[in-house]
Amino acid sequence: MKYLDEYRDPVAAEKLVQAITRTATRPWTIMEVCGGQTHTIVKYGIDEMLPRGIDLVHGPGCPVCVTSLETIDRAHAIASRPDVVFCSFGDMLRVPGSRGDLLQLKSHGSQVRVVYSPLDAVQIAAANPDRQVVFFAIGFETTAPPNAMAVWLAAERRLTNFSVLVSHVLVPPAITAILEAPDNRVQAFLGPGHVCTVVGYEEYEPIAARHGVPIVITGFEPVDMLEGLLMAVTRLEQGRAGVDNAYGRVVRREGNPASRALIEEVFEVCDRKWRGVGTIPASGLRLRERYRSFDAELRFDVDAIETQESAVCISGEILRGVRKPRECPAFATTCTPMTPLGATMVSAEGACAAYYAYGRHLETAPVTLHGV
Amino acid sequence: MRGGKDRSTLMCLGIPGRVVETWLEHGILMGKVDFDGVSKRVCLAHVPAVKPGDYVVVHVGFALSQIDEVEAKRVFAFLERMEQLDELAVESADEPGGDGSGV
Repeated sequence: MKYLDEYRDPVAAEKLVQAITRTATRPWTIMEVCGGQTHTIVKYGIDEMLPRGIDLVHGPGCPVCVTSLETIDRAHAIASRPDVVFCSFGDMLRVPGSRGDLLQLKSHGSQVRVVYSPLDAVQIAAANPDRQVVFFAIGFETTAPPNAMAVWLAAERRLTNFSVLVSHVLVPPAITAILEAPDNRVQAFLGPGHVCTVVGYEEYEPIAARHGVPIVITGFEPVDMLEGLLMAVTRLEQGRAGVDNAYGRVVRREGNPASRALIEEVFEVCDRKWRGVGTIPASGLRLRERYRSFDAELRFDVDAIETQESAVCISGEILRGVRKPRECPAFATTCTPMTPLGATMVSAEGACAAYYAYGRHLETAPVTLHGV
Repeated sequence: MRGGKDRSTLMCLGIPGRVVETWLEHGILMGKVDFDGVSKRVCLAHVPAVKPGDYVVVHVGFALSQIDEVEAKRVFAFLERMEQLDELAVESADEPGGDGSGV
């Protein structure tokens, strides 16, 4: 088999593939939500060893990808200011905005710094009282506790030169938006394991019930993903909606209560525009009123921003699982990781970037190793 | 430890490491966590029961859960194979050259 020898436990993987093949009697479309899971699928060729008809589509779980162009441009405008030290996770530096990316600003002398943690940005603010230190607070539920802690700590330490540009997004509202779209074809989801480590999976239960879909909280290793897929296919075949936790050794139903409490203390839910998708109601986090003085958008007056997305790019449909990277005429031709046209190529975490990184654009047709 | 910044990592994946020491900083439980030889300053406020020698899953300098040693080592080896450990190459603010003096 093409990839199985690379597995930590090839025997377990082979058995799971056989079990999925025995269980599936009909075609099913299953979406993995998290960008890390997309990478595992593409790197290990999991989609290619499943029975024909089990279609894996890739979800919107790349925070860098879905950060709106307006927000990237706002970051660029703030980072251009001579009094600002702009701190960010490294992934955001190459994302092209309308006026270039943060890495170009850095090479032209702006103070743009890659930090390991938002808490390091707080340290930098404390060490540089004469500078305005801004942290680019993006991400899903996994980065919300550290970002909230940075703001909470800055408030405790009464740092007046620290602020955050917040563009947080949440997984459950995105799943709901995908399910409610008229052209939706996703029938089950592999839920994001590490996101659920933080916030648990209670919130997924009403979504599964209301839309009649299985949602299986799943890990990131190949065997974990095959276990999640087997549980999803089993539920689909039985016509049983509901939430399963296939990552029980890490995820608890209630998540981490301390992390949930801190997110609740610092942030509140708001509408959020997702790149490639548009505005999804109640799908983001912003600072609560009592922490609003740490909001970089309010601290720095940024001119109205107008943006123009590529007309060719189909990243919106890819993020919703309606189409796949190779169905885009620009994929690996005019759109590459060095010259990305849209959301799913701008970060290594995006589905198009994953297909490109693992050479999928060089293959002529999908290889199916197991027939039904 | 500069370099490695050209590649991107996946923010959704936590990296397991071993707690080496803990201390309180501005009332917050902090600690030094070892990731197979790379040491990082990590916030441990949400895993308050950890002791030196325990393993935690760390997202961007923040421990979100405690895990056992066997699971930690397995996940670390998997992330190595996925080439997803580059964020560890970014200096922490309290390391030489990373304390803010260079800004």
